[in-house]
Amino acid sequence: MADTNTFDLQIVTPDRIFFQGDAQMIELKTTEGDIGVLKGHIPLTAIVAPGVLKITNGEEVKEAALLSGFLEILQDKVIILAESCEWPEEIDVNRANEAKIRAERRLKGTDSGQVNVTRAEMALRRSLVRIELAQKTGR
Amino acid sequence: MASMREIKRRKGSIQSTQQITKAMKLVSTVKLQRAKGRAESSKPYFDYMYDTVSSMLAKSGNISHPYLQAGDSPKKAIIVITSNRGLAGGYNSNITKLVRNSDIKKEDAVIYAIGRKGRDSLARYGYEIKADYSEVINDPMYKDAAEIGAAVLEAFSNNEVGEIYLAYTRFKNTVSHIPTMIKLLPVDSTMAKKDEDQEQSSEAKTIEELTLMNYEPEAEEALDMIIPKYMNSLIYGALVEALASENGARMQAMDSATNNAEDMISDLTLSYNRARQSSITQELTEIVAGASAIN
Repeated sequence: MADTNTFDLQIVTPDRIFFQGDAQMIELKTTEGDIGVLKGHIPLTAIVAPGVLKITNGEEVKEAALLSGFLEILQDKVIILAESCEWPEEIDVNRANEAKIRAERRLKGTDSGQVNVTRAEMALRRSLVRIELAQKTGR
Repeated sequence: MASMREIKRRKGSIQSTQQITKAMKLVSTVKLQRAKGRAESSKPYFDYMYDTVSSMLAKSGNISHPYLQAGDSPKKAIIVITSNRGLAGGYNSNITKLVRNSDIKKEDAVIYAIGRKGRDSLARYGYEIKADYSEVINDPMYKDAAEIGAAVLEAFSNNEVGEIYLAYTRFKNTVSHIPTMIKLLPVDSTMAKKDEDQEQSSEAKTIEELTLMNYEPEAEEALDMIIPKYMNSLIYGALVEALASENGARMQAMDSATNNAEDMISDLTLSYNRARQSSITQELTEIVAGASAIN
């Protein structure tokens, strides 16, 4: 029997097509909160917040660090336009750790303006997502 | 007729030039392949980005948003993408020409230069160069595009410039590169970039238009975040295409230079042989004349 509860998922980054295939469910974090998408979701455009993207298809579960971009949910198709998206094995843990330390230091420093604080916060969140995912896959 | 030795020296010099142009051609062929692959693998992202933004604007037609209206400032920012190195035929001068022949007056233009060649020649014509990102073109990364995008967007929000344009060379295929100027901001609701490659997606678009899209956050807020991304992706796309065009243009220029050298060498070989023959003939005549004088 053909599996009818899957939808077409495409994740595109500026450099490549990151993922293209069927999925039963995806879970990710948007600026408005965590969402899960099944087939037949209402059409929706949302902005991605740094978080772990979980792609479920039957027994197979894939995870990736989705850091920024936006997504468009259509009737039977989901397109994620990601500015950066990485599989766990592609994550450079050392770099993420360094970025985390750097961002934390910047947040402690009081002299910087508001823009820098938001930027450092974003950087911190990105590095935390990367580290979390890398640790989860046991590296 | 030039002396044999002179011709020979000239031939040698052209031959070594030909070796250089040949080598440069090979190098740019390899670079072109890489740049082309990159441009192609990044294409889907821009197509989707374009589709999404245009369908968003089509559906939310009459919202007013700062990014959709020209600023009050008469100044116009132009991001000009050229190369850092010359010897690429008309590649760089075509872009400069495009900027100079555009409707934008010199006094109103604020140049954000990517590529030394374009920056230098525009500066020579008296354009105001606001910023220079020339290192970027050697190896464009999305991060660079985002940085440039942020800089021009800031100028736009601060009302330093009223409109933002992007001048680059479109990579249509290996042999044809089209100097193009597009308007980045304010985003035209009836976007001008209608192309042959855009038509294929029109079918899909009509289906999309029938479904009512929800925005989370609200459309205005979503536009706020998506339009900068849209701009960055256009800039990045322009960078990778320009890089491919540059190498394509250089490959062509070097190819014709090699061919010209070939032609010149064959001409010189001919005149060298003629000179050689005539000198031998002359020597023979002299010997014969000398011999007959003794007898």
